[in-house]
Amino acid sequence: MTVNEAAKIIGASILTEGTDTSREVREGYTCDLLSWVMAHGREGMAWITVQTHMNVIAVASLHDMACVIIPEGISVEADVLGKAAEEGISVLSSRLTAFEICGRLTQAGIGAC
Amino acid sequence: MSILKEEFPVEAMDFVTAGEASAQIKRLLKKLGVDAGVIRRLSIACYEAEINLVIHSDGGKLVLEVDSNEVTLISEDVGPGIPDIDLAMTEGYSTASEDVRMMGFGAGMGLANMARNADRFDISSKVGEGTTIKMYFSL
Repeated sequence: MTVNEAAKIIGASILTEGTDTSREVREGYTCDLLSWVMAHGREGMAWITVQTHMNVIAVASLHDMACVIIPEGISVEADVLGKAAEEGISVLSSRLTAFEICGRLTQAGIGAC
Repeated sequence: MSILKEEFPVEAMDFVTAGEASAQIKRLLKKLGVDAGVIRRLSIACYEAEINLVIHSDGGKLVLEVDSNEVTLISEDVGPGIPDIDLAMTEGYSTASEDVRMMGFGAGMGLANMARNADRFDISSKVGEGTTIKMYFSL
């Protein structure tokens, strides 16, 4: 499934401009502890987190993740989105909770690591 | 024979630029054509080291050295040092402040994650002076 298709399933808008949303999402993950994600993140992941600061983009980029999904309509600052675009990481925003995003993506066939 | 040696200063408590040095190092290694698996492991270890410098030190630097069969990454700081290294290496142990934890750091995974990703890992520390971590990655 692509980032674009995943976005449709969870009713998300894509906040970043110019990133490759045709990229394949290989698996999903959710966690708000960045150091935990550093240890367990993998390439091609869709990562769901309520954290929205700059370091989220650094972690996603170092792991070469497919996208970051921000739940519950939490706003993300423009400079963070700018950095994400620069690093080629799509940032998605959904009004759903992390729990519901996981449920819908799992039902649509995205596995866990 | 050293192909490249470069230093990257890291400032204490600067969470805005935290991760920049690791991103630069990752780009450099990509340009040099280093194996993707090595870059991945090194980037993770490097980011952990960088974040530790930001959170725990009074300032420090990362030193990258590439030669034909090994990449060495050194993290050097001036700071409080680590009184009990075995305890600090234990996953889940952290001395990070509440503010830092709110940002999602301080899970106590950093040092263990560095050791896991490097081929060799050396740490030495002096209380009241600082900490030096050396990580080696075979090419």
